[in-house]
Amino acid sequence: MDKETFIEQLREIVRPYAKNQEALAGINANTDFITDLKINSANLVDVVLDVEEKYDIVIQNEEMERMLNVQAAMDIVEAKLKEK
Amino acid sequence: MGNRVVITGLGVVAPNGTGIAAFREAIQKGISGIRYEEQLAALKFSCQIAGRPIVPEVLQQQYFDELELKQLSSSGIIYGVIAGMQAWADAGLPLTDTPDWDSGTVFGAGSSGVDKFREAVYKVDELQVRRLGSTAVTQTMASGISAFLGGKLALGNQVTTNSSACTTGAESVLMAYERIRSGQAKRMLAGSTADSGPYIWGGFDAMKVSTFKYNERPEAASRPMSATASGIVPGSGAGALVLESLDSALERGAAIYAEVLGGHINSGGQRNGGSMTAPNPDAVQRCISAAIRNAGIAAADIDLINGHLTATGKDAEEIENWCIALQRKGNDFPYINALKSMVGHCLSASGSIELVAVALQLKEGFISPNINCEDLHPDIAALVARERIPQQLLYKDINLVAKASFGFGDVNACIILQKYLQP
Repeated sequence: MDKETFIEQLREIVRPYAKNQEALAGINANTDFITDLKINSANLVDVVLDVEEKYDIVIQNEEMERMLNVQAAMDIVEAKLKEK
Repeated sequence: MGNRVVITGLGVVAPNGTGIAAFREAIQKGISGIRYEEQLAALKFSCQIAGRPIVPEVLQQQYFDELELKQLSSSGIIYGVIAGMQAWADAGLPLTDTPDWDSGTVFGAGSSGVDKFREAVYKVDELQVRRLGSTAVTQTMASGISAFLGGKLALGNQVTTNSSACTTGAESVLMAYERIRSGQAKRMLAGSTADSGPYIWGGFDAMKVSTFKYNERPEAASRPMSATASGIVPGSGAGALVLESLDSALERGAAIYAEVLGGHINSGGQRNGGSMTAPNPDAVQRCISAAIRNAGIAAADIDLINGHLTATGKDAEEIENWCIALQRKGNDFPYINALKSMVGHCLSASGSIELVAVALQLKEGFISPNINCEDLHPDIAALVARERIPQQLLYKDINLVAKASFGFGDVNACIILQKYLQP
């Protein structure tokens, strides 16, 4: 999966959680879920669950802790998809 | 003497009407909100009818954002937030960006988010605890409803949930009243909510307290004071009232529905005829008498009683308790009405929905009809003149209303409301 496709899909996943619509419109690899998109930290677990569902993968607790921005999400999902 | 306390806002999500306008019309016309429930029939309930409010998704979207709705499966929270925010708007109170330190809420519930809890139980048992998501706690904690309202309305005073079975709603109003009277808050959103659905109503079905005789005639099923009353019709919904110090209301120029003069809460200790599920008659009479004393009124001046009156065999006993406590009977008995004839027994929400109805009747000068008691129970007919139990809408100026609620655990509440006359 190319980077742009992934970011596009991730944008749709985080859309309901993002409080900053402007940052969502300009989402890129460096976008941080909490500081940029203003996602409530309690909702990060929901984002992870939605990502798991979308790609049919399981994300471990340690990975979840790191999954705070778009780049990290991409790295984790790519690695998981390779394992499959 | 503490602060005087008045009601300045109302909101309601009831089986026969969501929103004050629809609810007023329904209770004036005697419209029943009891409907056949296919789900209950499919689940082999004995009682296959219920009072379930209608809350279309477009209405929910006015009170919850997309994310909240995506995750929300607590019907009690949906009803309570809608009723509470309606009452807030009705009182003319703003939605602010900073906490209002003088406003709080006591918003009761019998249980919270039973459907959400069911989802969570299944996931846990399937070893999927990690998939519960972020809202399993907030939707199933008892205080979920007050927590939601506190955030929506930026309440900075006490934010809590009370729970005392079917007295919950009346108790919430008295707790809010005390907090304002003692000067600890200027405004309190009082009210209560009750979840819908088989997992709430099943227990009542199992106890055989729900009627199973009217599945074919839902609108005739809830029959308080009738000779053919055969049990409660389970209901749900929410009622909400903004209570406010008279000073604050006058300062804001708010419209006033009624004044809360006082009340009383007690328990029969599950002794002398009282039990987990039945009231001790002595306690009921004491509760009513103490409410009258606390309100500083005379029993002879009460114009209208809004009873608990659930449509079980206990209705005649309740009437007898009123007769003894008030020392009034026959033609001298106050008017009495039972909202449950139209909405069923909304359980933890019953008291607050009924108090919303009382406030409307006081403000607008009418007495809502009792439906389904054309065959008045002979034990009641022997105590109270038939014309005191109106079956048609009466337009009548009423000044003082006593409202009582009783609940499992042998707990009682009685509240006295008075018409407020602009000075």
